[in-house]
Amino acid sequence: MMPSRSAIAYALILTAFWLALSGSLTLLNSLLGLAVSAGALLVLRGQLPEIDFRIRPIGAVKLFLLFLAELLRSAWRVARLVLMPRLDIEPGIVAVPVGLTRDAELTLLANLITLTPGTLTVDISDDRRVLYVHALEADDPDAVRRDIRSGFERAIRETFR
Amino acid sequence: MTAAILDYATVLLILAGSFFTLAAAIGILRLPDLFTRMHAASKAGAVGAGLLLIAAGIHTGDAGLAARAVAGFFFLILTSPVSAHLLARAFIVTGNRPDLSRLRHRNRKGEGDSPV
Repeated sequence: MMPSRSAIAYALILTAFWLALSGSLTLLNSLLGLAVSAGALLVLRGQLPEIDFRIRPIGAVKLFLLFLAELLRSAWRVARLVLMPRLDIEPGIVAVPVGLTRDAELTLLANLITLTPGTLTVDISDDRRVLYVHALEADDPDAVRRDIRSGFERAIRETFR
Repeated sequence: MTAAILDYATVLLILAGSFFTLAAAIGILRLPDLFTRMHAASKAGAVGAGLLLIAAGIHTGDAGLAARAVAGFFFLILTSPVSAHLLARAFIVTGNRPDLSRLRHRNRKGEGDSPV
């Protein structure tokens, strides 16, 4: 039986982790990693979601750079907020409508929002069209929505397809 | 020369990482409720730990160890939002609501003390 496209993709990702964690990039170690990955996938057969999308490399690089920039910018902002003598925050939960449909896209968006300091994904609506995002500075909910839609959501849209 | 540059980079990364970790700790103490504390804990913490890991990777100068440090950072980034999200969701689902009692609008009008 031929392994599916998803299975090959998973095997390559797992092998990359194997190589990074074992810290030696030799042919023999790569083959060993591939064998261990194949064994793990055999055990997990049928339990992993299908990979039903393709990634655009340029979009992925852009998304990663955007993420690093956002991470540093907002880590600095939260650190400053927290260290100010007067705690100048206005937290609240903002409903953010999103136009993404795939599980992978929504998961990635929710995780990126949570990772950047200042915003935290709390929940998703049952029809999967609205993310509930807790923000440290929610005095302008429209600004929170705008930031997410024109930042991460657009970058994710340009990465997947 | 290169060694000196790497040393300076290591020092800068360690200082920056320690700063963000300290800020995260102070944030957990000062912020008023679970949501706002998660902001400090999960994020400033991930950035701080990430910078420290990268500093360790650079300092050893060993490609294998550096790869492991990057993988560690990656796993941190992969897992910390999941726990933050689950904690926040559990907090809401069990009927808790954000604590708004100690916040800015009160301070602006000059009533009450500044929070903690």
